[in-house]
Amino acid sequence: MEREGQIRIPAGCAIAALVSRDGSKTSGEAITNAMKPMRDRSNGLGGGFAAYGIYPEYKDFYALHLFFDSRDVRKGCEAFLKERFEIVQSEIIPTRKIPEITDEPIIWRYFVAPLQSQLKSAQLDGDEFVSRAVMKINAQMDGAYVFSSGKNMGAFKAVGFPEDVSRFYRLEEYQAYQWTAHGRYPTNTPGWWGGAHPFGLLDYTVVHNGEISSYDANRRFIEMFGYKCTLQTDTEVITYIMDYLLRVQRLTLTETANVIAAPFWSAIEQLSDAEERARLRYLRAVFPSLLITGPFSIVLGFNGGLMALNDRLKLRSMVVGEKDDKVFVASEEAAIRAMEENVENVWSPAGGEPVVVRVKEGAF
Amino acid sequence: MTVIDVSGLDHKTINESLRRADGECALLHCCGQRFIAAGMSDKKITIEGIPGNALGAYLNGASIVVNSNAQDQTGDTMNEGVIVIHGDVGDAAGYAMRGGRIFVRGNAGYRAGIHMKAYGAKSPAVVIGGRAGSFLGEYQAGGVIVVLGLGSDGQALVGDFPCTGMHGGKLYLRTDRLTVPFPNQVTARPASEEDLDELRKLLAEYCDQFGLVLDEVMNAPFTVVTPDSQNPYRRMYVAN
Repeated sequence: MEREGQIRIPAGCAIAALVSRDGSKTSGEAITNAMKPMRDRSNGLGGGFAAYGIYPEYKDFYALHLFFDSRDVRKGCEAFLKERFEIVQSEIIPTRKIPEITDEPIIWRYFVAPLQSQLKSAQLDGDEFVSRAVMKINAQMDGAYVFSSGKNMGAFKAVGFPEDVSRFYRLEEYQAYQWTAHGRYPTNTPGWWGGAHPFGLLDYTVVHNGEISSYDANRRFIEMFGYKCTLQTDTEVITYIMDYLLRVQRLTLTETANVIAAPFWSAIEQLSDAEERARLRYLRAVFPSLLITGPFSIVLGFNGGLMALNDRLKLRSMVVGEKDDKVFVASEEAAIRAMEENVENVWSPAGGEPVVVRVKEGAF
Repeated sequence: MTVIDVSGLDHKTINESLRRADGECALLHCCGQRFIAAGMSDKKITIEGIPGNALGAYLNGASIVVNSNAQDQTGDTMNEGVIVIHGDVGDAAGYAMRGGRIFVRGNAGYRAGIHMKAYGAKSPAVVIGGRAGSFLGEYQAGGVIVVLGLGSDGQALVGDFPCTGMHGGKLYLRTDRLTVPFPNQVTARPASEEDLDELRKLLAEYCDQFGLVLDEVMNAPFTVVTPDSQNPYRRMYVAN
């Protein structure tokens, strides 16, 4: 098939998320139901889910989810992993054969810990070590692709409609305190398994509806810091920007939102609070190349919570609702109603206004 | 009256059923189906549940009542008819509409009334009972938008950048306190007697729909925003 750069596909998308502030777990059923009323927002060229808290028995190990084109590629990749990691468990990710999902690659998961000797000689922490290994595989190892690499969480994605992808991966068998989901209607790039959402690095995952116009400016900047954008897709670059600002630069979620969906200069100048004005000016001045322009609504998932964010002009829709300990986010209110009919406090956050939900400390 | 349970039905099936039905119809358990009643002219439709995007697109005379919230692009390019929303409405309500009425009891999202237009006897109206999001009336070319701010508890009636690119029509705000800057190409002034007469007619219809008392709604200062001239952006472009 034709890959990124060989073909441009014109086109919308659907996103949804469900999180329990108490850390109570649910199966993949509710989040799958959310995607059904939004079917028209996808075209069957990509669907995916991220689930948090699903591997409690391996919670101290990085869970690597990989696609392989062939057995040979898998053997080669496993040799690469064994040089760097202790692999405590490796297995085929259980799937269900269904007519809606075809041409699947070989799909494996590995629970790994970086070898202490390797960490010492590289003088890196575990997260950075894993991040570099992921970049190396995805950029250099033809036919191998890491699509999930965090602890106690995992992404599951495929070419297909999201509700079929959920059945394919048997998501009703997983229990998570937080789920995010995506239905893809590819714009620009062809639909293939790696290009489906969520995009993930470590425990950060992004599901995205939109088409950012700052892709190349963002890509050029972020690639200076070792990230490799291999897919020409805007969601990949958003994921790396999140990792860079949150993990590497240690910005808060709100600060990160203020960088990527920065208020207009005119809006900053109108603020009466001098300290707030200075803070926003500072963030825009230090990270001008990480301003994301063009339409987007995204949900960033991480261990212990999520952040939902619209572009500052709000060129995509996003609705938030609550019920008891649960918070719901989706492109459409109908999707939230499909998860929880009696949802309360339904509102649409303003453009550039981050909605951060955290799971109670100790509950995840 | 035809009652249709639309659970699990797609928009095509729903609209075919609506076209076959005579006169009044009620849709039950709606959950996100798009394009409901698109282009229809002779129906009276009541919707329970959440209708999907582009509700009543190209509507040509039919009337729709939604007893909950509605999503985005309600009344997209509608030509005639009435859409009544008892809850809130999503983004871009009344997108490019050229006739008819949209009455919203609650709040509207971003870009309500974007690119509304009027021609000859056709003049559309959008009335928002609560507050409106940013970019209200963006590129408005005709027709009337009203924001009442009922129950707004002192919160701003409109978001940022209202009337950006406005070059026709009118915006009424039920307040004399403007909290955000308006573009240079428009003028905001207190409503005149003539304005209030026009508004009273429209709001009589609105109040009727929601059981509100017209005199109470009218009993407040109104501000009118209009473009400065028929072609306020001429100097921004090169003449050719």
